[in-house]
Amino acid sequence: MDITGLSLTTITLFIPMIGLFILLFMNGETQKDNIKWVAFGTSIVAFLASVLMWINFDPGTAELQMAQRNTWAEVSLGASVINISYFVGVDGISLLLVLLTTFIMPIAILGSFGSNIFEERGREKLYYIFMMLLEWSMIGVFVVHDLIIFYVFWEVTLVPMYFLIGIWGAEDRIYAAVKFFLYTMAGSILMLIAILYVGNTSGTFSTYSAGGDVGVIEMVQTYEGDGAYWDPVDGGEAAAEDAGFSLGSVESFLFLGFLVAFAIKVPIFPFHSWLPDAHVQAPTAGSVILAGVLLKMGTYGIVRFNLTLFPEASVAWAPTIAFLGVVGIIYGAWVSYGQNNVKKLVAYSSVSHLGFVVLGIFALNSQGLQGATLQMVNHGISTGGLFLIVGMLYERWHTKEMADYGGIWKVMPAFGAISLIISLSSMGLPGLNGFIGEFTILLGSLGSDYLTFAFTLFGTLGVIMAAVYLLKMFQHVFMGEHDNPLKDESGYKLRWNEIAAFIPILIMVFWIGIQPIVFFNMLDISVDNIVALFVP
Amino acid sequence: MFEAPTIAEFLAHSNLASTAPATLLALWTLLLVLVDLFLPEDRQGWTPVLACVGLGISFILNLFVYSPAASEQVALYGMFVADAFTGFLNVVILVATLIAVLMSWDYLNRADIHRGEFYILALLSSAGAMFMVGANDLIVVFVALELLSIPLYILAAFRSIKNDGSDLALKSEESGMKYFILGAFSSAFLVFGSALVYGATGSTNIPEIFALAGSIVGTTSSAMFYLLIGAAMLFVGLGFKVAVVPFHMWTPDVYEGAPTPVTAFMSVTAKIGGFAAMLRILVTGLSVLVLAEGQPATWQATVSIVAILTLVLGNFVAISQRNLKRMLAYSSIAHAGYILVAVAAAGTANVVDAATQSALVYMLAYMFTNLGAFAVVMAIEKEDGSGGNIEDITGLARSRPLMAMAMTIFMLSLTGIPLTAGFIGKFMVFASAVQAGLFGLAIIGVLTSVVSAFYYIRVVVNMYLRDSSGELQPALETRYVRWAIHIALAGTMIFGIFYPLATNLVSGVSIV
Repeated sequence: MDITGLSLTTITLFIPMIGLFILLFMNGETQKDNIKWVAFGTSIVAFLASVLMWINFDPGTAELQMAQRNTWAEVSLGASVINISYFVGVDGISLLLVLLTTFIMPIAILGSFGSNIFEERGREKLYYIFMMLLEWSMIGVFVVHDLIIFYVFWEVTLVPMYFLIGIWGAEDRIYAAVKFFLYTMAGSILMLIAILYVGNTSGTFSTYSAGGDVGVIEMVQTYEGDGAYWDPVDGGEAAAEDAGFSLGSVESFLFLGFLVAFAIKVPIFPFHSWLPDAHVQAPTAGSVILAGVLLKMGTYGIVRFNLTLFPEASVAWAPTIAFLGVVGIIYGAWVSYGQNNVKKLVAYSSVSHLGFVVLGIFALNSQGLQGATLQMVNHGISTGGLFLIVGMLYERWHTKEMADYGGIWKVMPAFGAISLIISLSSMGLPGLNGFIGEFTILLGSLGSDYLTFAFTLFGTLGVIMAAVYLLKMFQHVFMGEHDNPLKDESGYKLRWNEIAAFIPILIMVFWIGIQPIVFFNMLDISVDNIVALFVP
Repeated sequence: MFEAPTIAEFLAHSNLASTAPATLLALWTLLLVLVDLFLPEDRQGWTPVLACVGLGISFILNLFVYSPAASEQVALYGMFVADAFTGFLNVVILVATLIAVLMSWDYLNRADIHRGEFYILALLSSAGAMFMVGANDLIVVFVALELLSIPLYILAAFRSIKNDGSDLALKSEESGMKYFILGAFSSAFLVFGSALVYGATGSTNIPEIFALAGSIVGTTSSAMFYLLIGAAMLFVGLGFKVAVVPFHMWTPDVYEGAPTPVTAFMSVTAKIGGFAAMLRILVTGLSVLVLAEGQPATWQATVSIVAILTLVLGNFVAISQRNLKRMLAYSSIAHAGYILVAVAAAGTANVVDAATQSALVYMLAYMFTNLGAFAVVMAIEKEDGSGGNIEDITGLARSRPLMAMAMTIFMLSLTGIPLTAGFIGKFMVFASAVQAGLFGLAIIGVLTSVVSAFYYIRVVVNMYLRDSSGELQPALETRYVRWAIHIALAGTMIFGIFYPLATNLVSGVSIV
């Protein structure tokens, strides 16, 4: 099968790049009004392209679809030559996350229209250039299947996000931006060593097989020697073969090399300390993208690389990582409840929600993984929406303290209703999207061969706690007396772009909640393909 | 015992053509000495132009003489080797010199120390570096090293020719003096090491050393003892030149005191020359130095330890520097550490070529990036030498968006973020270290990269993230300085994005 031709995936991937170049050659002063429209238009085109991918997508096969693979460079390592290839393509999991990315981006851009960060800090053109760069690199992370190119996209996402937080953030933005940069880089750079080891051992950086070249995943799966693929045992002694997996083995270290990078990004407890700072200081659109897409890169990476490349290590580490996930669920919820800062509350709720995703992944069964993937999307939509709400409140009242709010519902009833729906979706009310994801994950962890009942029990506790802190927020902000009225009465009206940003979010909240089968169908075969590794 | 050949014989058998890029550059420079003498006062600008012409001629000759696919040729009776390694590094040296010349013109004029000799010395130094990368004999290594170094000592002290008693003149004088004394000291190590190796093996020719050492390695003879001591001394001598820990003490003072274009120039060419000689001596000559069959060379452990010290000290001390030139000085020590990682990896037999190639790519990336960073620092530096502190760069993003963007890319490249040349260099170096099984070294390498991110990012923080009270107007932002920055930026971006470009250029390199 020749897959060197231009594919739809490539087109989708490079649409933001085209937008970036158009923006680069526009004048930041004279064409100020057009800049945001170019950025918004580009993100809409990218969204349409990804919808086209969805239409072309055949959910009945586990193969990579709309794939393209071109040799990019040849690295000589000793006697062997290793190809680095531009290798893109989607399966159900990738496609869903690409859709999430292209869905969130226009919303984030719409949410920044007319924002007062540009009055304070200016540089609107640079802002949208970074948005385009961010979209390009995030889509890249979700579609590439070559480890080196994956690493390139992975690291590149750092740069625009660093600037978005650093230039347009709140008071402590420099601290938050530098912390974000160093923290994530420290994690991911160890992954580089693990990637180099993988390439060196298997002779290729491509994970999937394509065009006659065998990928790493297939090598791992079809390995028939003694010991694990990464830890071959010389001599083939029966004793060594039966020795099983040891936590000090090479595979275990490689697994951890990848996992630390992803765990920091997710973030899995105890690697979460950069997240509240970054979220609180980031501008609204930055928070929306951070929560909506960037964190999903971590969980996606675990599914895509940790599980498939190191199946034995995944099994061995599953209870530990799932335990950290559950700790994250409860810890995140607990800390979230204690916050007075509304943005911090939502930030910690991310730690809690992503704990569910981690729990679902390491259930290592079909329900768990499907639920986890869907929950990534749900969290992106709900928490993205919550950050939009917080951003709109901040634009009007210039405070993030919950005590300064109250009775917003009385003055902005429509906004209150929207916020209620999104909060309910985030806490997992049946009929809305959050419920589907969390329920499936808990189902998965209950049926898991590798996790005990206690994981499910404590996980379920998290659902209740989510209701507690989100209702606390809702009560303090929207209920009660409105004793902090705006000087400028026009602020009580929602602007057109704010309404436009909420509409797609609400549609998705109900659509996933009522008809999840559409999305599960997309994931079914792709997830089974991975889960097949873990059937005991 | 040794009969000198006649001129005719020499021309017939020496294969002089292979040395043409270096030889003609040296000859052109000597011619330039005369031309400069007779140039009228108001035509002073011709010297740098002619210097650039000389670089161009050498560059074109280099294209003819070397190609990545060509087989290696030995010239000057085996004392000089012309292979893809030489050809590639010649290009790097020539581009570095070109950027340095572009940086110098306005800087020298502003400081009122413009003399034609400056370019002559710079060109001589790069001719020395070009001889050094092709040196195939310990004697040539020594001679080329002196040709590389002596002009650099003078250049470092160049500010003091206008002896106005100012702080800058004094610092420059100190810089030249310090560099000279320690340089002479290190040359002594190199000579003594050469003598011991000669005593042990009976040859100064590097491939012959390889052949002859084979018979004494593993024995307990005194020859083995002298060979080891000699090898260590050669390493120390070159270690001074490339500034690796613990032979780095001179670097910050010399780099800070020297005129900025000189600092930029020597932070690149001296390192390239030194590492080229180190690779030739250790890999081509002494890779046979093993304790047991199938093991990596004995010097691998030593080089690894020095590399770790260099990485850790260079990166950690750079954090506390407020002066950008000093910060770049310590960062250049750290980068020498990354190249040493590649040298260490080259000690494992089947990784030799990959490691050598990775060192070359790293040097290419480092050349563009470091020169670019120095050019920006020079542009914002004020005439009295102030304004080069890290907080002085605040607000550059508002007043000069393009220059700030270039500086950001240089900083990201020095950190090793993808899509810049620095990433390609680091990626290849760590790949060869992993291939050689040096995991500890690779992990320390990447972790210190994170440390380096801290101080490189601080520059970006100051440019973009802090609001400046006033607009920063670069003090020296002329056409040529901008050219220098743009060339460096183009190199950093092109080699970073088009990854195969660099790997294809070095794919034929093999020095074993």
